[in-house]
Amino acid sequence: MRPAVELESVTKRYRRYAGRRKFATLKSALLRGSLVSDLSPDETLTAVDGVTFKVPEGSAFGIIGRNGSGKSTLLKLIAGISKPTQGNVRVRGRISALIELGAGFHPEISGRENVFINGVMLGLTNREITERFDDIVAFAELEEFIDAPVKNYSSGMYMRLGFAVAVHVDPDILIVDEVLAVGDEGFSLKCLDKFAEFKRRGKTVLLVTHGLDTVQKFCDEAVWLDEGALRSQGDPRRVIHTYLQDVARGEEKLLTEDDRRKFGATASAEATGDSADPVLEAELTREEPPEDMFRASEGRWGSGDAVINEVTIEGDGGPAHLYHTGDRMAVRLSVQAPEPLNDFVFGISIFNAEGVCCYGTNTDIEELIPDVLTGSGQVVFEIESLDLVEGTYKLDVAVHTREGRPYDYHRLLHTFRVKSRTKDAGIYRPRHRWTFTPNIRFRPRVGE
Amino acid sequence: MLENLRNLIRYRGLIQTLVSRELKARYRGSVLGFFWSFINPLLLLLVYTFVFTVVLPSFRDDPTTQPYALFMFCGLLPWFWFSSSLLEASSSLVVHGNLIKKVLFPAEILPIVAVVANMCHFFLALPILALFLIFYARPVQIVELVWFPVVLLVQLILSLGLGFMLSALTVHFRDLRDILNNLLTLWFFSTPIIYPMSMIPPVGKFFMDFNPFAHLAISYQEILFYEGPFGHWKWLLAVGVFSVVVFLLGYALFDRLRDSFAEEV
Repeated sequence: MRPAVELESVTKRYRRYAGRRKFATLKSALLRGSLVSDLSPDETLTAVDGVTFKVPEGSAFGIIGRNGSGKSTLLKLIAGISKPTQGNVRVRGRISALIELGAGFHPEISGRENVFINGVMLGLTNREITERFDDIVAFAELEEFIDAPVKNYSSGMYMRLGFAVAVHVDPDILIVDEVLAVGDEGFSLKCLDKFAEFKRRGKTVLLVTHGLDTVQKFCDEAVWLDEGALRSQGDPRRVIHTYLQDVARGEEKLLTEDDRRKFGATASAEATGDSADPVLEAELTREEPPEDMFRASEGRWGSGDAVINEVTIEGDGGPAHLYHTGDRMAVRLSVQAPEPLNDFVFGISIFNAEGVCCYGTNTDIEELIPDVLTGSGQVVFEIESLDLVEGTYKLDVAVHTREGRPYDYHRLLHTFRVKSRTKDAGIYRPRHRWTFTPNIRFRPRVGE
Repeated sequence: MLENLRNLIRYRGLIQTLVSRELKARYRGSVLGFFWSFINPLLLLLVYTFVFTVVLPSFRDDPTTQPYALFMFCGLLPWFWFSSSLLEASSSLVVHGNLIKKVLFPAEILPIVAVVANMCHFFLALPILALFLIFYARPVQIVELVWFPVVLLVQLILSLGLGFMLSALTVHFRDLRDILNNLLTLWFFSTPIIYPMSMIPPVGKFFMDFNPFAHLAISYQEILFYEGPFGHWKWLLAVGVFSVVVFLLGYALFDRLRDSFAEEV
């Protein structure tokens, strides 16, 4: 099959001015005689770095990647809006780019007139627009409002109209940048239907989206772009898998750094034999808990008669911040008491991102009677199976007296994340099983 | 570059659509609508007439420029077109940045639309001149009517050329808009619009010869005043050649900077 779009080691560099250059004026440029040199790049930022791939004609092609990985720049290069610094972009056929919907709408004039103007801008003739006008309006679901000025449209209406015009240009190659995010569920489905129709008619669709499900379901091929370079290319399922693994690694790193920022030393620092004193950055400054305990945001307080020096969250493979539903997880507290204590309770609570307490317990509730705590030791709280739904969770850990007077209370200082393949709702996933009588049947999943 | 220039002809439908959008959007929501294109210059002309015949009557005595109000209109209307074209063209790329950044759009259309839309305003103001001609009972000859589009064409080419230059440069040097504003005021007063050419001392005349708009203004004035429409044709020819050069240079500059627009706007 002939490629509809062909990229050959395409590189795009943006220039970035140093502070002084940024405020260059015509006058200063003329005075220095540097008019031409000011217009040439000095410091550069490589947005797309030597990317080569082909998009076969009639295929749906997905581009995925983190924010700022150069996806949109790449689309602009393909659409011809900007030119590559190096390399070649070859495109066969008429392109319609949905990079910003409704770009070029004039707010003061009616939707009807804007459809015509936008259509002409996208390369249609007046006659072609007249022919397609009813379809466009019907697709945008704006029959009632088409004669109202566009400035009175809601943002959804605006986007719908922009989308409707762009897809009715009937391009050979449709470039879509993250537009499925607009509109309600119904409209998103309609967009996908439209894309599918394009594909059936042998047109090429290029899709940039963070909706990985869409890419997996809809695309024949995908590429993963990372910091401007191509990291992976091929079957969408495989590309998405490698991408997600990388995202997970990135998250883990981020959470570890977050911990390091808060607590000076971390498990990994300890693991590498870093003997620096684990100084808690969140210092034990206050003795008394804040007035409204449950509204209090992250912090640390207590008398200091016993101190939790370090908290590590561990999975099967050692310290980690990222878990899957059902994984084993342990919270390890390093505790130290300068003087022997005989009144102490260890407590732990798990909160979700909305601040809802998912679970809380302590040694007193569980009827453990304290005897003695001397010197330094470790407390391990082990969860056999982490039955939480996907999300970010924070921990409260504390050691306090039986009356509740805190020795050391860590409020929401420790974070972990739970991933799940199932997008179930709620806060807790009870162990469960579905059973059906034989007259109720489900199809086996395709492709598994 | 030549190929791009040829493409301009292909875009005429787009230019037409955008110009009519500009015109429609401008007065949308106002009660008088398109009449403002007529009323605005009329009011302005009345102010100028009042100032220069009643408050500062020193220019009105030259016998070759009677009636004075009519004389002044001949230069003022083209000047309004010229100055607002340049101002709007210079900011056109910046204002319509989302078109350049988000849509595959021929950027040169934007300064062209600015110039052409202002030309339409100029046309809409012409009936004022007709009214004054009737008021002063000044008959118009066919030759004069024929000569008018020639002068108009020269001004159009000059405006487009300058518009290309200014719009492309303004993308990189935003201060150009403010500089231009002041420059145009200076230019206005150094052009024989509110005063006749005959009032200029010989030294001033020498400098005036380098002012292309002075020759345009005189050419417009000559249609109704002085010895007749063709008295200034040599200078108009020179300005015409100059305008074509400016147009080509302007377009070349625009074309050269084109790739930077999407990033800088």
